[in-house]
Amino acid sequence: MLMRIAQERADRPADHVDRPLEAARDPQLTPAGWLRWGWRQLTSMRTALILLLLLALAAIPGSLIPQQSADPNGVIQFRRNYPEWRTAADVLQLHDVFGSVWFSAIYLLLFVSLVGCVIPRIRHHVKALLADPPATPRNLARLPAHRRVTLAGADSHEVLELARRELRRQRYRTVWSGPGRAASIAAERGFLRETGNLLFHLALLAVLLILGFGAGFRYTAQRILVEGQSFANTRVALDSFTPGRFVDPAQLPRFTLALDRFSVDYVEDNPNALGMPRAFEAEVTVGTADGAQRTATLRVNEPLSVDGADIYLLGNGYAPTVVVRDPAGKIVFSDSVPFLPQDANLTSLGVVKVPDGLAEQVGMIGFLYPTRAEAANGASYSSYPDLLDPIITLNVYIGDLGLDAGVPVSVYTLDTANLTQVAGGDAPAPAVQLVPGVPSPLPNGLGTVEVTTIPRFASLDIAHDPTQVPMLLAAIGAVAGLGLSLFVPRRRVWVRAHAAGGGVALEVAALARGDDPRLAGTVDALTAHLVSRVAEQKGAPR
Amino acid sequence: MTPLLDQISLVLVYSAIAVYACAFVAFALQLARSAAQACTPAPERVSVVAGPLPAGPADTGDAEPRPPVGTRGRVGYALTVLGAVLHVTAAVLRGIAADRVPWANMFEFSLTGTALIIATFLLLSIWARTAFLGTAVLGLATLLLGTATVSFYVPVIPLVPALQSAWLVIHVMVALLACAFFGLSFLVSVTYLVKARPRTRAAAPRLSALLGSVPGTEALERLAYRLNIVGFALWTFTLIAGAIWAGRAWGRYWGWDVKEVWTFIIWVIYAAYIHAMATRGWHGRRAAWLSIIGFAAVLFNFGVVNVFFTGLHSYSGL
Repeated sequence: MLMRIAQERADRPADHVDRPLEAARDPQLTPAGWLRWGWRQLTSMRTALILLLLLALAAIPGSLIPQQSADPNGVIQFRRNYPEWRTAADVLQLHDVFGSVWFSAIYLLLFVSLVGCVIPRIRHHVKALLADPPATPRNLARLPAHRRVTLAGADSHEVLELARRELRRQRYRTVWSGPGRAASIAAERGFLRETGNLLFHLALLAVLLILGFGAGFRYTAQRILVEGQSFANTRVALDSFTPGRFVDPAQLPRFTLALDRFSVDYVEDNPNALGMPRAFEAEVTVGTADGAQRTATLRVNEPLSVDGADIYLLGNGYAPTVVVRDPAGKIVFSDSVPFLPQDANLTSLGVVKVPDGLAEQVGMIGFLYPTRAEAANGASYSSYPDLLDPIITLNVYIGDLGLDAGVPVSVYTLDTANLTQVAGGDAPAPAVQLVPGVPSPLPNGLGTVEVTTIPRFASLDIAHDPTQVPMLLAAIGAVAGLGLSLFVPRRRVWVRAHAAGGGVALEVAALARGDDPRLAGTVDALTAHLVSRVAEQKGAPR
Repeated sequence: MTPLLDQISLVLVYSAIAVYACAFVAFALQLARSAAQACTPAPERVSVVAGPLPAGPADTGDAEPRPPVGTRGRVGYALTVLGAVLHVTAAVLRGIAADRVPWANMFEFSLTGTALIIATFLLLSIWARTAFLGTAVLGLATLLLGTATVSFYVPVIPLVPALQSAWLVIHVMVALLACAFFGLSFLVSVTYLVKARPRTRAAAPRLSALLGSVPGTEALERLAYRLNIVGFALWTFTLIAGAIWAGRAWGRYWGWDVKEVWTFIIWVIYAAYIHAMATRGWHGRRAAWLSIIGFAAVLFNFGVVNVFFTGLHSYSGL
């Protein structure tokens, strides 16, 4: 059974009998008998073991095949690269292994098996806690640890009393056992081993329940925020919002967040890491519902807590402010457009869509090189992530941007199927090249385009997870229980003494339940202690 | 200053590798000598682990003299200690050069991880007679440290913001320590399997003599179990500390990132191992295989997942 974690075969309760498998071969089982047999099979240690191995095996595809939850872009790419796998991946839920029917089946069976094991184990343990240590076996010499000494001129009752007191001091439960010649002390310790074992498994059960039911109360949201801008924490202002089943978007904490400044500290003194970011700092102003305002600094690994929501700094990049004017000089578009970083030197890719105000709808795919450099083949690239010598190149398209169909379209992609390229690529005009502050004409006399400034943006995650505290408690319970169940020795000690030829024949023996590296040491130490105490008493003046 | 310290550290690493190689030879010679002696009447030594064998015959603690380590074994230990001093100094200098803990990329994981394997082995040797493991441990450590230095070495660079957390110190350190225990247990389990293999024909006399010089199967099984339970407890802590850090850095404590998946797989394999040790028909050879599979998963998690898989834990520094 699962409960037997960390216990060796010697650790079974004395009254434990491995469930007989013969029942399986009995052709006269009633339906109830079959049920009982099935239950016993499910809750047997062997089944738990096989389910554990299956669980490890079943998790492997989850690391080999991209998962929707952890790596959605990987899923898209995988489906593009291996079209022959699509059907299999859909039928077998290979992009959602950890939520799949077959993975869930394994861990649910495992936990049913665990429950079926925990309950009888608890009953058995409570009984053991209430019972006296078991009576002294007749032949102590057959136990794994055993010493026999003869103490001259001692009284057997006194020796046993000394032994009892010493064992009590070492936190054993003790009981006098056997009258007359067979008088002895029986002692037992280490009940915490089984208590810890039960605690560990109950904590695991709690982890599963918290995971299962807690998911409904969580939400996560993303928001990209450009320097100088602010947003209010409402459903519509968030770029994405993933609520649990019981989350009401109207209940989101009402706060506003402004990104005042985003600064990056680059490594400049180490030639091996030139341009590597050393620190990201987002200086923000938070306004809460009660009208209070405060400033704070958001860093990676240092989330900001506002009204029960935690705000994490997960990414950043540049958001050039693009201004488009019509031929008459009237501004038809002006916005900071987040460009998504493509490499460590922040070569960034962004899309500008100008649906109104010009002769045609205009779409632009732009590359930002924060520090311009040119490869031998003439291709541009960025040689440093900071804005030392920025340049933006724009490929310009005209035609139908597809924004009027009422279908949601990603702001980060441009569907060029219904568009005609008029600048860059194979188009007659070369790509538009921009440096900040210098307007440049668009092809076909459409107007002009200018990048005025290049502020940074921060990409923020906003999450609320009420399961964190209970989960932490369950985890602490699991670790504590595991520690107890693996490292507290459960041990029984017996001491027998009877008068023999003017002295006392003393026997000390011990039996471990489970792994116990110090069993023999315990017996030796107790024997030595008794020998020296008896010697002291004899030597002491009356 | 930093490049200089880094260079000194690297020289010390190479020196440590050389000294470990010598220690490996010394332990191997000791093993050969024990085998030669075991050909003569020495009985099979069972109680090599300091602890008694509760399931075994009566053991009153002083019944069995411990086998001596032997001159070559002592030379092996002396060289191992010397190598460890060089090794630890190298790791400390690397940390000073980088102004942080020396475990933040593949080279440093290997550097500190192998140092922990050696340190754990040396500490274990105080508590139990494990000289028979010397050859295997030194062989493994030399191989891992050598491979890592040749193929994973990177010059010192600062920490990326994502790794700037106290959890780097705790989470990674405990993970490396757990791996050290799993590694030692793996070697014990391999020894167990070789020793416990069914002898169908009369084995080569030298091989049986060699096997006669290592502890009995029951002692080996027990040693592997004790190492694995410590490793398992540490790995459980690693998993939880990682989850706490993930909650702090990414806003969710568990997201089935590739590294998280493998941490989980390893945890489940060792959980299965511990259950196997308590299941009739599964302790012994099958449990030993689980212990070996577990460490194979640890190596896979380190050498393959870090380098070839993309995920949030992309900190190999390669």
